[in-house]
Amino acid sequence: MSIENALFELRRLDELARQDTPLHRLDARAKVLATVFFLISLLSLNRYEVARLLPYAAFPWLLAVLGNIPLAVLFRRAALALPFVLMVGLFNPLLDRTVLVHFGPLAVTGGMLSFTSIVLRAILAVTTGLALVAVTGFDNICRALGRMGLPSVFLVQLQFLYRYIFVLAAEATRMMHARSLRCAKSSRPSLREYRSLLGCLLLRTLDRAGRVHQAMLCRGFDGSMPGYGHTTSFGAAEVRFCLVCGLYLVAVRIFDLPLLLGGLAGGLFR
Amino acid sequence: MHMADALLSPTVGGVMWGATACLLGYASSKLKAEKDDSRIPLMGVLGAFIFAAQMINFSIPGTGSSGHLGGGLILAALLGPHAAFLTIASVLAVQALFFADGGLLAMGCNIFNLGFFPCYLAYPLIYKPLAGAVSSRGRLMAASLIAAVAGLQLGAFGVVLQTTASGISELPFSSFVMLMQPIHLGIGVVEGVVTALLLGFLHRVRPELFGAARPATASRPLRPIIIGLALAAMLVGGSMSWFASADPDGLEWAMAKVSGKEELHAPEAGIHGTLDALQKRIAFLPDYNFKSTEEPEAVPAGNEGNTPEPWPNVAVGTSLSGVLGGFMTLCLAGLLGFAVRKFHAKA
Amino acid sequence: MSHHILEVKDLCYCYPDGTPALADINVTIHHGESVGLVGANGAGKSTLLQHLCGSLLPQSGRIRVGDFPVSQGTLHEVRRTVGMVFQDPDDQLFMPTVAEDVAFGPLNIGLTPDEAAVRVDEALRMVGAEHLKNRPPYRLSGGEKRGIAIAAVLACSPDILVMDEPSANLDPRSRRLLIKLLRGFTHTKVVATHDLDLVLDLCERTIVLHEGRIMADGPTKSIFNNSELLYACALEPPLSMQTCPVCNGN
Ligand SMILES: Nc1ncnc2c1ncn2[C@@H]1O[C@H](COP(=O)(O)OP(=O)(O)OP(=O)(O)O)[C@@H](O)[C@H]1O
Ligand SMILES: [Mg+2]
Repeated sequence: MSIENALFELRRLDELARQDTPLHRLDARAKVLATVFFLISLLSLNRYEVARLLPYAAFPWLLAVLGNIPLAVLFRRAALALPFVLMVGLFNPLLDRTVLVHFGPLAVTGGMLSFTSIVLRAILAVTTGLALVAVTGFDNICRALGRMGLPSVFLVQLQFLYRYIFVLAAEATRMMHARSLRCAKSSRPSLREYRSLLGCLLLRTLDRAGRVHQAMLCRGFDGSMPGYGHTTSFGAAEVRFCLVCGLYLVAVRIFDLPLLLGGLAGGLFR
Repeated sequence: MHMADALLSPTVGGVMWGATACLLGYASSKLKAEKDDSRIPLMGVLGAFIFAAQMINFSIPGTGSSGHLGGGLILAALLGPHAAFLTIASVLAVQALFFADGGLLAMGCNIFNLGFFPCYLAYPLIYKPLAGAVSSRGRLMAASLIAAVAGLQLGAFGVVLQTTASGISELPFSSFVMLMQPIHLGIGVVEGVVTALLLGFLHRVRPELFGAARPATASRPLRPIIIGLALAAMLVGGSMSWFASADPDGLEWAMAKVSGKEELHAPEAGIHGTLDALQKRIAFLPDYNFKSTEEPEAVPAGNEGNTPEPWPNVAVGTSLSGVLGGFMTLCLAGLLGFAVRKFHAKA
Repeated sequence: MSHHILEVKDLCYCYPDGTPALADINVTIHHGESVGLVGANGAGKSTLLQHLCGSLLPQSGRIRVGDFPVSQGTLHEVRRTVGMVFQDPDDQLFMPTVAEDVAFGPLNIGLTPDEAAVRVDEALRMVGAEHLKNRPPYRLSGGEKRGIAIAAVLACSPDILVMDEPSANLDPRSRRLLIKLLRGFTHTKVVATHDLDLVLDLCERTIVLHEGRIMADGPTKSIFNNSELLYACALEPPLSMQTCPVCNGN
């Protein structure tokens, strides 16, 4: 991925997170908790499950709808994140050839089932993670993690990192542009050029860190960051959200919803 | 290579998150104790640098492919192990959240694989003693190369262990190792070369940077290296042999060994225990009530054995209704979504 | 409190790599004065400013800010007296949102969050940026960033405002707004800049630096009329004082 693309993605999710919907206003801890619970519930399913994964789609879908997030954003990223999963998962149909089901002439092997399951899991996990960021925002997630007990040193520099990605990525882009304007033939720098490019960027980075520190000192920084204001609290709406999500996730984990529905439908048709 | 949620079982993900959380706490407390308040902006800005640098590729001479900086080792050399661990964790967190590299549950694994090994093993045991106080170019290159390769080999091995232990992928341990380790040998060499070049450049233009980070124990350089290499060899060899005997306890042992630290044992066991119990609970809950149509096969080696799920055997009738039901649920979920959207639009 | 608020005596400074940056600097600045610091690239302006806010400590000579000599022990007081606006606002705006960034200083002084919030609103109103309160700094334009950086310093209520190239990267309108804004402040001001027209508009007194030494110190008008001096220091008279190249002064 090029830097421009990465910045674009960052900005877009950031933009989406700045919307004002009831879901966005919810305390970030509730959303983080629900997502963690979702992942545990989803990933603890047996590896041959395919149909039972489908009801889980309701969670990211709901986040997207309530949070006014275009599904295309989520799916595009999900598709880009798949390669490693596909690479490892592709071995399943090759290695596990035990036929488990016959659909007429089509014999479905365990490997095919588990491969499908892996792909579905990947899509569900990735879209949910992105949806979480898009309806919560990076800062709020950091704050939520802080209130949930993660060390503040870690979170403060995590927020610094996020802040300066925009500055440094812009700097790197300018350097790459300047380079490509002066050499027409190859699009990728050679190792020598790479070293100078990165070396310069690193020097500037270190200088910048020094200046930022000076700027902090000039405004009375004494080693501890002032606490961030907490604007939200874990109230009735949060409890309701967690309860609804939790109950649904427990329900789809315990009951085979598709099977029940399918049985019902089969009964009707008969 | 980033571990992905889809290949992970909650138990393994939870255990690795537990280990990572302990390390985050440990590194943070160490950093606080150092009381160097210029570190925080330095870490953040350097993290952003690593993030940007990972997206600049160069063409590897002689091959058609490209490479880029990973960052763990150079961070450790510039910041020391604790700050570097936190910084690499932050880079991975941003990547997981915004670019779905890996995933939220897999973040524990990824931070461990790409942070712990370079910062807490490769840097102090290999890089620091090898590079020494006054580094010539050759020494710097050798130290970076060996440390980067070792760090990435261990990291790749971590991915293999975690994947195999999760039992979602069918790939047998040995083939997965054969797949991952050579790839990461290449990545490690690239990482080592780039790290050495950058550090050499910095040594030349900013010698004052390295004034404080100089190791005090330059006089006996060989012992820590040997210990480090022996540890790594033991780790790899030990877990391989355990795997060969397909003993699930061997895996547990190897996992504990990987995390390395004695004090991590207790919390790890605790989290592992609870998650395990939770998973057992869940596993008892009704599953597909498949009727057996074929002979059940043995549980494949490498499945962790905590939840010995029977090989599911599916009857056509149930699976048809399963598929049908699946689609219906999807439609239902969709309808629900549309209803909510309608409702929203009105409100 | 003494009459002069800033006093620099025999200041010399050499960077660690051996670059001499300042030599024999002697400056006294009085309450309410507005001083322009001009000089070519590398003349030592930024280095001098960094000494005024305690980012660099004098290697020889001494500096007094308000009632305190600048030294390791008095940095805290010095930094409360001097408000430094950095050349690149990105260095200065590091918190997640504008409001938090402006509140950073007040909270560090020990104000309660409520008191800090009042300060934040006040400072943002002064620079006309209330509407940016909840935006993250990386989503602002260059001019907006500069405004917020100034607000962030104002929120600490310093006695002296020290600014490094405040008009760099601003479009003409933003630059004019900035000058208007700065003219409205009653603080003592020290402005290092290449924008001599800004100095002409804003500062009654000018100090010319050349290769780390003070070449002139006096009323802005008379210094800028001395084009010999300016050319000797690798500077050019401000545009508004140059004769028109088209009509050649007619
Ligand atoms: N970190 C540094 N290390 C070594 N030398 C430095 C450093 N920073 C500045 N210098 C040198 O000190 C001298 C004065 O630099 P300074 O930044 O104060 O100039 P300036 O007047 O602010 O220039 P400009 O108008 O370009 O900002 C220059 O010769 C410069 O090369
Ligand atoms: Mg300057």
